[in-house]
Amino acid sequence: MSLPTFDQVKVGDELPALELPRITRTTLALFAGASGDHNPVHIDLDFAKSAGMPDVFAHGMLPMAYLGRFLTHWAPQPQLRHFSVRFLAITPIGAKLSCGGKVVEKFERNGQTLVKLEIGVVDDNGDVKLSGDALVELK
Amino acid sequence: MIDPKFIGHQLPSTLFEVEKGRLRFFAKAIGETRPEYLDEAAAKAAGFRNLPVPPTFLMGVDLDAGIMFTLLEELGIPIGNILHGEQSFTYHAQAYAGDVLKVESRISDIYSKKGGALDFIVKDSMITDQNGVKVMETRSVIVARNPKEHSA
Repeated sequence: MSLPTFDQVKVGDELPALELPRITRTTLALFAGASGDHNPVHIDLDFAKSAGMPDVFAHGMLPMAYLGRFLTHWAPQPQLRHFSVRFLAITPIGAKLSCGGKVVEKFERNGQTLVKLEIGVVDDNGDVKLSGDALVELK
Repeated sequence: MIDPKFIGHQLPSTLFEVEKGRLRFFAKAIGETRPEYLDEAAAKAAGFRNLPVPPTFLMGVDLDAGIMFTLLEELGIPIGNILHGEQSFTYHAQAYAGDVLKVESRISDIYSKKGGALDFIVKDSMITDQNGVKVMETRSVIVARNPKEHSA
């Protein structure tokens, strides 16, 4: 994989998409344990129903973690300076997610050459689950 | 509406030791297969000093220590009613397996929307390593649904 460089990257460039397997109950059980978020609304159907939800649903931090994979696949993690998202919709069991993003700005700040990325996670109906931005330092 | 007296409330600071096994478990849970996130030798070959902590992993620190759950109890919010609204990370240094990280968090804002149907809690955290080096700052916006006030 060739690493992006500041000179070579252009505003409007799309990052290679990351396609994820469908979300299953197992995905959520593993993520609950691994992430430390044991909120039962994500792993216990009885609890989810008692909280007024039709079913368990994914932790918001799961698709954000996928976005982290997506970003660090494009450029090595130590070059990531900032990463923020808004959670726009619940991700249900069975969702098929993909991560995408593009370069929206290039600038210099405090001697660092940075690119700003617009990033997001959508399902296979095109519904946006997360949207946000990231700053990556490129040499 | 959550009592605004909690704005500025400092949460108990906590220490978190980054364990290799936990990082591998996290990698598995998010489908990460790149060797530098799973294998120490591959991590070192990629220029890391140990297995790197992935970008969103440290979100779990407050949860692990039970701090978030205790806070929600203090605020009188049932855990089944919360949603994650926003999350941001500002990175200052890469953290690795074996680091012992200190997390200091405070509630920086509380506000309501939709006539009290939704309450928002903003939590800011600073994470430093065992040498006092600033690793990252995080901001979480937690949304609490208030079904009763909504129907009223």
